[in-house]
Amino acid sequence: MSMQKTGFYGVLLAIIVAAPFLFPDFSTQLATLWLFIIVAMTWDMTGGQMGYNSLGNIFFYGTGMYVAAVIAIALVYDVGEYTGAAGGGRYDFTNQQYITGFLLGTLGAGVFCAVSAFILGYVLFGLRGPYFAIGTLGMAIAAGELVSNWDWVGGGQGITLPVYAGDFDQTKLFIYFAFAIVGVILFIFLKWLYSTRFGAAINAVRDDEEKAEAMGLQTLKYKLVTWSLSAFFIGMVGGISAFQLISFEPLESAYQTINLGIFMVVCVLLGGKGTLWGPIVGAIMFQIFKEVTWNYFLGWQWVALGALIVVTVVYFQDGLMGWLMHKKPEWFGVRVESKDDTVAEPAE
Amino acid sequence: MSIIEVSGVSKSYGGVKANHDISMSVEKGGITGLIGPNGSGKTTLFNSIVGYHPIDKGSIKFEGKEISRMQVPQIARLGLLRTFQQTRIYSAMNCVDNMLISLPIRKMRFMDNFKRNTPEDHERADRLLEFVGLYEKRFLRAGSLSFGQQKLLEFAMALMNEPTVLLLDEPTAGINPTLINGLIDRLKRANSEFGITLFIIEHNMRVIMNMADSIYCLAHGEMLASGSADEVQNDQRVIDAYLGAH
Ligand SMILES: Nc1ncnc2c1ncn2[C@@H]1O[C@H](COP(=O)(O)OP(=O)(O)O)[C@@H](O)[C@H]1O
Ligand SMILES: [Mg+2]
Repeated sequence: MSMQKTGFYGVLLAIIVAAPFLFPDFSTQLATLWLFIIVAMTWDMTGGQMGYNSLGNIFFYGTGMYVAAVIAIALVYDVGEYTGAAGGGRYDFTNQQYITGFLLGTLGAGVFCAVSAFILGYVLFGLRGPYFAIGTLGMAIAAGELVSNWDWVGGGQGITLPVYAGDFDQTKLFIYFAFAIVGVILFIFLKWLYSTRFGAAINAVRDDEEKAEAMGLQTLKYKLVTWSLSAFFIGMVGGISAFQLISFEPLESAYQTINLGIFMVVCVLLGGKGTLWGPIVGAIMFQIFKEVTWNYFLGWQWVALGALIVVTVVYFQDGLMGWLMHKKPEWFGVRVESKDDTVAEPAE
Repeated sequence: MSIIEVSGVSKSYGGVKANHDISMSVEKGGITGLIGPNGSGKTTLFNSIVGYHPIDKGSIKFEGKEISRMQVPQIARLGLLRTFQQTRIYSAMNCVDNMLISLPIRKMRFMDNFKRNTPEDHERADRLLEFVGLYEKRFLRAGSLSFGQQKLLEFAMALMNEPTVLLLDEPTAGINPTLINGLIDRLKRANSEFGITLFIIEHNMRVIMNMADSIYCLAHGEMLASGSADEVQNDQRVIDAYLGAH
């Protein structure tokens, strides 16, 4: 059993490491797949495990991009001058500066987003159900507008990052592995987190928050911590994305509420809310669907995507993992019926 | 010595005076009953005590400390716990998980959240499930239990939390009549063996007379009578209130 598991994870890790070498032409798609897996898993932390459906997690992605960019630039140049020149002046970065900027930038993005989530959560977690969803969406939209009017970070033009002065394929590999490492760490982290009392507590918040409070759980604390942890990882992958794109705009790339902001939710719904593997499976399904429709049904891809969302929401609300859990509960260690149907008798 | 002191508490919903100028107290270590016809304001009083809604007037003290302005989780963390008339459990989780999530986290540090439950926690959960007679059902989804069994589970969850005082809102409602004596016995044992002070809303006169040291009777949001079981049972106003209500 344990041997089997070790073997399974070993094979998985081998695939993760080998994939970009086996399919070098697809390393960008593979990196994007990781991005989807990570944002789906982080979305599920609050949406699936805690019952708070955020439509604004893209805020942390966009903010992570900007924070990483600003840190990487500020380590070497004056940010205002750099963005003011908009590619005009000569702003070179050595590879050492690139690496330092990348590491500090992505980490800084994670930390900044975690702190933002903690502060914003104080206000937003006063909202329940659809109000929370709309409140968070409003936060992301507002942030996009604010940033696109903020000249110091390049305004509507966006911002351009340092470029690694090396082999183009090498950079692609570097980005792939950056995503993959964050993804693997996130998976291990969540697998552990969901096995602790904390994991049970956020499930309790989802199942009946009022009951949880009546039992003495300070639900706000749990909600803030969960959202912060989730924002930390989204912020980091936002940072990595910034280095992947090199040049990005506030509304189209960073605070892309209707693209990635919605896709992450769709991934989770496809795979199954509130499960460890659901968001991963869903992200893979979604990525395949997207590649196929964008390549073969160009012009209709958004219609196909819309149809997929409708079908999922109407017929498969629990996603693939939820459906499997329902069909094969024993695979998940869930017992449904007892052999003994007599009413519980007082135990002596 | 009284552990809960309610003085001059009023609570209205719009025009409805659900509680009017209520004063009462719960003795530490005892079993106190609260009776009254449907709609007389019993649940409202419970809700006021546990901080579920702000009160309009008056004062509520727990262990001498004013709690009428505190929030629900804060009050629960003092060791003052309630169960719900409509029964609230985490229906998607199994019984054991329901028990484990009810551990007395107030006695832990926040960082203890990031540990797994210990074998002792599991043993305690099993023992208490056995205590209420749900051991055989422990791995079933709580939502698949009958209403009565869910009530027993909610009671066990409350015990798991090691409260000082437990407020029970109609614990026998919906329980199979053949099991009520067993439940009364367990409530008494929770009081005598675990030392938990009980404050019980009960519609069933026979049940409460059997258990409570002292009883309060509400009618139309006002305190109608109070005293020992015998005194209240023979109080003409109480009899009238109950007859009038049916
Ligand atoms: N949330 C509420 N909103 C409006 N009225 C309420 C609410 N809760 C209770 N009431 C009213 O307050 C009165 C007392 O109700 P309640 O405390 O539930 O009585 P009991 O528990 O004794 O049956 C009733 O008239 C009831 O309709
Ligand atoms: Mg009631």
